Formats: sequence, structure tokens, C-alpha cells
Amino acid sequence: MAKTSLEPRGPITVRRAFQLPIVDGFLWLVRIAAVVLIVVGAFNSLTSARLSGQQWRDLVVFGIAQGSIYALIALGYTMVYGILRFINFAHGEVFMIGAMTGFYVSDGLSRTPLWEAQPFVSQFIVLICCMSVSALVALLLERVAYRPLRGLPRLLPFITAIGASFFLQYAVATLFGTSVKAYPPVDALGGAFTFLGFRILKVHLLVIVAALLMMAGLYLYVEKTKAGRAIRAVAEDPEIARLMGLSVDRTIARVFAVGGALAGAAGFLFGLVFQNVHFLSGFLPGIKAFTAAVLGGIGNIPGAVLGGLLLGSVESLGPSLVLVGLDIPSAHQLKDVVAFLALVLVLIFRPTGILGEQVSEERA
Amino acid sequence: MALFETRALTKDFGGVRAIDGLDLDVDNGEIVCVIGPNGAGKTTLFNLVSGMVPADEGEIRFEGRSIMGLRPSQILELGIARTFQTVRLFPEMSVRENVMVARHCRTRSGMLKAIFRAPSFRREEKETRQWAEQALAFFGSRLTGWRFDTPARSLSYANRRRLEIARAMASEPRLLLLDEPTAGMNPRETQELTELIRRLRDETGVTIILIEHDMRVVKGVSERVVVLDYGQRIAEGPYADVASNDRVIEAYLGRTATTA
Amino acid sequence: MAEPTVAVEAPVAAGGELLPARQVDLWRAVRLGLVGGLTAVFVSANGMVLAFSKRALLGGVTLGSLLLVAVPLLVGYLAGRPPPVLQGFATPRPGWRNLAGGLLAGLLSGVVMAVFVTLIATFDVRRVFINVTPELVRAAPRLLTFGLELGAGGLVLVLTLNAMLGAVAGTLQLLGERWRRAVFAVALWVLAFAMLQPFVVQVLRGIQAELRIWTAPLAEFLYEPSGALSVPGAVAVAVVAFGVDALLTREGRRPVRTRLEVLPERSRRLLRLAVLAGLLFVLGLLPQVLGPFLSEVLNIAGIFLLMALGLNIVVGLAGLLDLGYVAFFAVGAYVTALLTSPQSSLGVGWIFWAAVPFVVLAAAVSGLVVGTPVLRMRGDYLAIVTLGFGEIARLLFLSDWLKPTFGGAQGIIRVRDITVGPIEIGGPQAFFYAIFCFVLLATYVTYALQGSRVGRAWIAMREDEAVAEAMGVNIVTAKLSAFIAGAMLAGFGGALFATKIGSVFPHSFSVIVSITVLVVIIVGGMASVPGVVLAALVLVGLPELLREFAEYRFLIYGALLIFMMQQRPEGFIPSRRRAQELHEEEVPQDAWLRTQTTMQQEAAPAGDGRSETS
Repeated sequence: MAKTSLEPRGPITVRRAFQLPIVDGFLWLVRIAAVVLIVVGAFNSLTSARLSGQQWRDLVVFGIAQGSIYALIALGYTMVYGILRFINFAHGEVFMIGAMTGFYVSDGLSRTPLWEAQPFVSQFIVLICCMSVSALVALLLERVAYRPLRGLPRLLPFITAIGASFFLQYAVATLFGTSVKAYPPVDALGGAFTFLGFRILKVHLLVIVAALLMMAGLYLYVEKTKAGRAIRAVAEDPEIARLMGLSVDRTIARVFAVGGALAGAAGFLFGLVFQNVHFLSGFLPGIKAFTAAVLGGIGNIPGAVLGGLLLGSVESLGPSLVLVGLDIPSAHQLKDVVAFLALVLVLIFRPTGILGEQVSEERA
Repeated sequence: MALFETRALTKDFGGVRAIDGLDLDVDNGEIVCVIGPNGAGKTTLFNLVSGMVPADEGEIRFEGRSIMGLRPSQILELGIARTFQTVRLFPEMSVRENVMVARHCRTRSGMLKAIFRAPSFRREEKETRQWAEQALAFFGSRLTGWRFDTPARSLSYANRRRLEIARAMASEPRLLLLDEPTAGMNPRETQELTELIRRLRDETGVTIILIEHDMRVVKGVSERVVVLDYGQRIAEGPYADVASNDRVIEAYLGRTATTA
Repeated sequence: MAEPTVAVEAPVAAGGELLPARQVDLWRAVRLGLVGGLTAVFVSANGMVLAFSKRALLGGVTLGSLLLVAVPLLVGYLAGRPPPVLQGFATPRPGWRNLAGGLLAGLLSGVVMAVFVTLIATFDVRRVFINVTPELVRAAPRLLTFGLELGAGGLVLVLTLNAMLGAVAGTLQLLGERWRRAVFAVALWVLAFAMLQPFVVQVLRGIQAELRIWTAPLAEFLYEPSGALSVPGAVAVAVVAFGVDALLTREGRRPVRTRLEVLPERSRRLLRLAVLAGLLFVLGLLPQVLGPFLSEVLNIAGIFLLMALGLNIVVGLAGLLDLGYVAFFAVGAYVTALLTSPQSSLGVGWIFWAAVPFVVLAAAVSGLVVGTPVLRMRGDYLAIVTLGFGEIARLLFLSDWLKPTFGGAQGIIRVRDITVGPIEIGGPQAFFYAIFCFVLLATYVTYALQGSRVGRAWIAMREDEAVAEAMGVNIVTAKLSAFIAGAMLAGFGGALFATKIGSVFPHSFSVIVSITVLVVIIVGGMASVPGVVLAALVLVGLPELLREFAEYRFLIYGALLIFMMQQRPEGFIPSRRRAQELHEEEVPQDAWLRTQTTMQQEAAPAGDGRSETS
């Protein structure tokens, strides 16, 4: 080793960034506070027995139904993110357009004899219309707004998506009016089943079953069909997929179409459950579904389903379970706060989600 | 005591061991070249030393104190600066501003002082500008004068590399890590830069560790060469010794096939 | 889109000949025509045409009919454009094909419109499309068929008008570059004067009232009582516009920027001072000249401008896409209301200036609270999380749970006006000065920070966070300080908003405000102060001034965002650097093209009509 002759320049203090422990400490405080609040609230709420068993069960079922709707929308987010690594902010509006379509078709059909005579066929027709229109809108979005920006730094298409979202909202508002549209009642769906002591509203059951069927359909499509294989290939590595002869453009278009169709179906189911839709109906469910997608692991299809169900349940049970226990008045008013808190907490503490991220290779 | 040393430094990326128990010593004022075939872990070494990637095991010591776990900005403050294999400038900032950024850790003025134009702020700004212009002037007239205000984007490739070095130097480093500084340069530019690296060390006393592929540069500038392969040090010494070392040749060219 | 019409040195192709050029892309014309037609249908169906037809522009032309007419003109112009020139192809000679392209596009959009018109005349779709009103086709004034009944040639009119306009626009492509620019300049000026009639009239009358300059009769000359431009007025504007355009684009004239750079330092400083003094003079008199209504318009635009300057620091300088920016605005408003209103839960009824330090403090704390959790997040997630924070803030302000403090849905009322000594700043004209001072302050702060150590750290962080950190920038401090600075400016905006309106309600703080501010800075050019000012005036001021825009403003914002991102992400008045950054690939191409053109111009005979473009 060569000889050493150091002239030290004078003591240099190592300032470990004093902010960092504060930042980490702050985040830990938030974690602890969240856990404490949830536990305390839940404990109080359960022990004070403000709600009956039946009411809890109703909330659970409602949570699952709502969660199924979120799951269907989340699938669209997650598939697009898995393939393009970008948040399709306008997906909530695709959902809303599906819901609005459902209204108009239902409204139209309810004036025909088919409505009374064949309720389930009618509903099926409405469903198909919703899915088709939403798929079309999604395809249009991809073609007009997103494709020209493919490959650019991620924020540019994201901002475009924000613009598209607002454009769609207000296009619907100016074309169809800002009034709330009420779905015509379906007699066949009124009332409830009792099943193993659980009382389930027929509507909720329909929603859950329909959603499950569609998710199963999606699973089959992605796993078993050639198109689905193409989607998985492009999601994993677009460059190699292209070299293998796959049309990346067409595959991406398919992803948007499928995601859009699912969102349209979700819109129809939303209309059945909540009965009122208007041009802003897409904003909240859109954000919640995105939360669900991230919660389950963005890009991960089973994850989106899991995240959706989880989020729907949390939103349904949260106010009654935790907030009421913390003596917060009008807790149900805050259910959206719960959802947004979930969004914020998931993205801060576990952005990779429960089942882990699954996104395409980022080429260095 | 060496200015800079690593002990048993190890870094894994998934299943790949990029740096494997590396021991390295660099003394004050040396110019050391790190060479090795592609994938040998050279840039990873720089990433570990500069704090941009956290090491898994081992120890890195600079001027006697450990710098493991420090943030890159703190490491720069301590006196280790680097350039990048693919030139990473701030494209929209001007040439001068790119270099001024490197003075960030040597200055203190915050938002309030900037808004109120405190005298200390103005003094610091002027000093920062001067430092930047001096660092750029080291390269002759290429990056000076009207070029100060041109956006970094508009520079030629060789000028971008020079700008990166000037930027690193502006932070008054004790140790300068240059990652393939002559990559993509033609022979004349390479020769010039080789001389400049010597001048840097001779005039400012900065210690330089240099990753290089171009053996003319290695031969022309280094006092000691360290050869890495698969994240391990396989040879060390003056260029002549290393160049004729069997293990080194094997690492680059592969083993000669045994004739049947 | 580039518009190269340059002759290219042909490579030695087989036989050494150039391949014949495609004159015009017919499929593109078809596509454009269809898209144009659908756009025209859209703006008819959503009520824009009807709403806009209330504003008379010139003679019988209303803004609504202009909207209808603009579609074939635009698609015709675009369709008439020759396709980009490729190496090895000869330059297309301008000729009848451009006209054909425009005609085709126009015709197709006419066909789409005609189909639509027939449909709505036959079927009543009002139950679904509520804005497809009878005034469009069935009853007077039959906007879509320009007054004619469907049977009596309405359809024919639609078709032929569209086709002709398309053809006319297509022929515009035949003009030389300079003539085209002149035509556009004249059209723009006439349109601006026509649309901004309330503004111009008020300014002219106001100048007469305040400065005793005889300008009011000019208003009578320019405009009819209906609000439209008079014909002589239009001609006058056109002539002036043409003259100014010719002046500004004469040969050999150096652009303003270069001229400024050439001036010695002292002259530059003097010039700057002179401009500043002039500006201050104008702005000092402006509220009196403008009157209360227009001052109010400017006030609203000013508050958004203040916020835009703040968001400009967060997004434009530091590169942090904050979609929950409205939260800071709300914090400023509520703190002001709480401290100055005698009816708030605190009920202390302080003066505005006593509340300001608390506004600053609350905003800074909010900035910290929002910034800390997002420190390590990547761009799009950061945007969504901040959006979440913004919504949480609004919902909390709205909630019954916090009603005792914040007033819930009823908000807080009787917020005191700003007082400067004994003077109470009540009316919009006085308020203008208050807002203007804050905007000036914010502008100064922006420039001060931009050219400082902090600003450089922000820009470096935005460009390349990892490298910025390796160059010594403390990322944590940089991000947090950006959030805090942005929050403070928004807080001031909120404080001003609260005192201006006199009350604070949670429904004013929805995400749409954040998006509006975002649109302003994107359209105006991120990190460009003059651009942001102009964008705020146009995007926020115009809908306030011309009520027919108000209902469609968010639709236009959305469309603008999409359009801006496709075309020029740097906004209309780009920060020079950003423009260079995003077009840097084009720079060497442009330079090469320019050398080619000069070579060609020297060789080609004069009177070619074509000149170098793009």
C-alpha cells in the first residue's frame, strides 16, 4: 500500500438528515394512531351493542355487494396499469357512462311489455347495452387520448386522463342534463331471500352473483384464450411480445375494451343497488376502485377482486364499527372520508398492495 | 490510513451478486482505475459508494468514518462526488446552473433569505456563480462565455461529459468518481480528457477513482489499476503488471480452449 | 404538427428521378370530415350552439353560427394540408388538390350534420338529449339550417355551405406563409373585438369618464346596440390588425427577445423600469375605468391567479403534481373566517391583518402535513394521494362532526372585509387593489425563488431526483419547502376569497378548483409567469365575463387539457427552456430543414409562393 499523508481539511460533521427520523417517526405515529383508533372504536362499538346481529349482517352483505361493484371497476384500472403503467383516471367516467346507459335503456324497456313479462331478459339486455357502450367509450379514449402519448413520461398521459375524465363528465352533463336519473324499479328484484340465517336483499344477491360470474369469465378469458395470453405477454414485456409477433396496439385496445365492459357492467349493477345516477356518479366509485386496485396489488387481477371486496366491506362496516365507537356524530356521513383515508393509508404504507404489484418490465 | 476503503462489501440484486466481498483501498491523491469486463460490478460499486444504492453487507469508510447508510446528499457533503455512465445532466437548466446545483450542500440560504434578498444570500449567490464559472473554465473556453446560459440539452456529447465533471468538481470533493468519462469520445477528445484528469489531480489534489474501458486512458492516467470480475477484485497493481496478468486476460477474453 | 413544404435534395434513386408526390391525403380528409361532423353534432346536441347564438358578433353572425361554421373551416384547412414531404418525393405543387381535400372534408362534415338534422327533425329526442331544443331545427330560428326549413332547402344549405367552407379553407393552404398568418391575425383580432364587446365598450367609456379622453364615441362606432361589431367597425379592426401584423413580421426584423438581449445593461434596466411604471399606472387606474362588474371579473381571475402562482411552484418548479391543492385554499379561507367573523365558533372578530399570520402558520403546517407522507412517492401516486387529502379536507369541513368549529354545510358567515386603517375595502374596485398587491407579491416571490439556490434545487429535483440528490440536494427539505411555499400562496388566496365573498361554505372547495388551477398552469406553461397570468385571465376571466361560457367551462377545460397534452405540453407562452426541452428532438431537424430551404430558395425562381415553414 502506498504511504499515506492526509491533510484533513478540518472536521466535517456528519449531519444525518435530522428530518429523516422525524419523517419516519411521524409515519409511525400515524400507524400507531390508526391502529389504536380502530381497535378502540371497534371494541366500544361492539360492546355497546348499538346494532343488532341482523343489522351487522346486512352491513356485511351490503359491503360485499358494494365491494363487488368496486372490484369490477378495479379490474379495469389494474389491467390498464399492468400493461401501460398508467392510471386511467377517466375509468370512473366509463363506469358512469355505463350507469347512465343502464338508466336510459331500462327506462326505455320499462315502457314495453317485455319489462313485466320477462324481467330477467330485460335486465340482461340492459346489461349488454351498458357493457357495449362503456367498452366503446373506453376504446375511444384509448385511441384518441392515450395512444398518441404512449411512451412519453408518465405524467403526460395521466394529465390527459384527468382532462378526459372532466370532459366526459361534463359532456354527459351537457348532453343529458345534470338531474339525477332514477332507475325504474324491477318488481322481480324486490324483497329478500333468507339463506342460512342471513337475510340478503335480492338485488344484492344478483349483484354479487353477476359480479362473480363476470370475474370468472375474465379469469377464463385471461388464462385460457389466445387473446388473454397475448394480454399477459404484453403485460409482462411489451418489447418481447412485439418481437414474438403480437400486435401490441390491438392487445392494448382489447384490454381497454374488456376493462370498459366490466366497468359498464358495474355501472348497471350500481344503478340496480343505488338506483340514482348522475353525471358525477363516477368520481367517488372511480377513486375507491383505484384504491381497491392498489390495495390488492396493482396489475394483479385477483388482487383487484380482493381489494374491491375488502374496500367495500371496510366502507360499509367502518363507520358503524369504528366511528360510532369513537362517539363521532353522524358517522355515516363520513363514509367517504373512510374510503379516502383508506386510499391515503394504502398508498402511503403499502403501495405494493396485499398480493403484490405485477407490472410490465420497465426498460432501463 | 487510506482516504477511502471498503471491507467485505457485498450487494445482491435478486439472484445476482453484483459485488462480492470487495476490499478496496485508495490513498489520498491517487488516481486509481477500476477495470473489468461488462457486468463486473464497477458501476454498482460507484452506486454503493455514492449512497444511491444501499449495500447489503460490508463497510465503506471515508476519511476514517463509515459512510454506510448515509444519503447521497450527505455523502457529497462529506466530499465524494461522481459522474454517471450515461450522462445525467439537468437538461433544461443552463450550463452554469447545472454546475451551481452542485454547490447546494456548500451553501445555506433558504427560502426566506432568497425572498428578502439578504446580503448573505446575495453574497452566496455571487460566490456560487463564481465557483461554477471557475469549475467550467477548467475545460478551457468550451463551456464558458456565452455557453454559460445555453441549456445543457444543446451541448455536444463531449461537452456534456465535461459539464458533468465540472459539476462534480464544483462541490469541492476530496474523492472524485468518474464513470467511463471518455465513453463515446473520439481519440483526440479522449487524449484531452486524459490530460485533464491528470491536471485535476495535480492542481486540486483530488483523489480520483476512474472506471474505464479504454486501455489507452487507463495506461495514460492511472497509477494503480484494480480489476474486478463478478464483483470480486482479481488483480491489482500498475498497468503493466495487470495487463499481463493471466487471470485478467482470462476474465476479458475467456479461457483458451484446450486443444484435444 | 410540422408542415414541411421544403424541397429535398433527392438521393440518387433508381433512374435518378423523384417519385411523384401525393398531393393530398384523401383518407385523412375523410377522417377529418367525419370527426368534424361529429364535433358539430356534439356542440349542437349539448346546447352550446344555442347558448352561443345569444351573442351577436357581426351582422347576422352569432357566436353560435360561428361555432357551426368553424367546423368545416377547420377541417377543411387541416385536410387541405399536403402530407409531410419524405425524402425522394418531389414537392407537391399547390393546386386544385388542396381545394379538393378541403371540399371533401367539408362535405363529409356537412353530410354528418345533415343526417343529424334530419334525425332530430323527425324524432323528438328531447327526453334523452335535453338540449336538443326546437330552436335547432324545428322552430325558428332554426339555428342548424341557418333559418331555412328542412324541406325548403335546409339540408341542401347545410351540405353546400359545409362543402364550400371546407373548400375555401383548403385554398388557404395555397397562400404563402405570410398571407396565411395575416389572414389568421385579422380573423383573430376581429373575433376578439367581437367577443369581448362588453369589455371593450366598458374600457372605452371608462377611459372617457376617468381620463377625459374622447374615447366613448369609438365604442359607438365599433359596435351596434345589439352588441355585435358594426360593419365599419369590423373593417377598421381588420385594417389595424393587418397593419400591425405586417409591421411585426416584416422582413429582416429581429424578434423582440434578441433585440432586448442586445441592449446594454443600463438601457435594459431603464426599459424595465419604464415598463413597470407604465404598468403600475395602468393598473392603478384600471378598476375605475373598468367599473364594478369587470373589476369583479378580474378579482375572481386574480384569486385563481394567486393560486396558480402557488401551484406553479409545486408543480412547475418542483415537479410535484398536487391535485389536492384546494385543501390549502380551504385552510386559508376557514382560518380567516374563524378569526375575523364575529359569528364564527371562535367569535373573536379580529381585523384581517391580525388573521394573516395565522393563515400563514396554518398553511405552512398543512403543507407539512400533506408533504410528509408523500415524500417517497412517485408522481402519479402522489397526485392521487394529494387528491385524497383534498377531498378529506372538504368532507371534514362539511361534516356534522366538526360542525361546532367549522359550521358544517352552513359554513361561516359575516367575514369581515379587509381594512386598511380606517378604510374598509368593500367593493370590487377597491378589492382589486388588494388582490393586485398579493398577486404582485406572489410574482415577486416566484421570481425570487426561481433564481435562487432553492429554485435550482427544485428544478434539479424535477429533472432528475436521484441525480439531484447525488449532487447534494436534500430532497426532503426541497419537497417540503415546495409544499409549504405553495400552501402559503393558496392560503392567501383563500383568505382573500373569504373576505371577498364575506362567507365560507364547504362546497366552494371541491376538487374542481384544484383542477381549474392545474389547467391554468398547464395551458399557461408551467414555470412561466406571463403565461400563467394570461391563462388565468382567459380561462377564469372569460367565463365570468361571457356567461354563455360559464356552463361549458369545465367541458372546455377537459378538452383543453387533452389537447394541450397532445400538442404542446409546455403551454401557449412557454417557459423558453421547457419548449426547448420537449422539442429538442425537432431542433436538429428544424435546423437541417432551414439549411435546405435557404439552399433551395437561392436556387429556385422567385414567385414560387412557398416559403419555409415550421
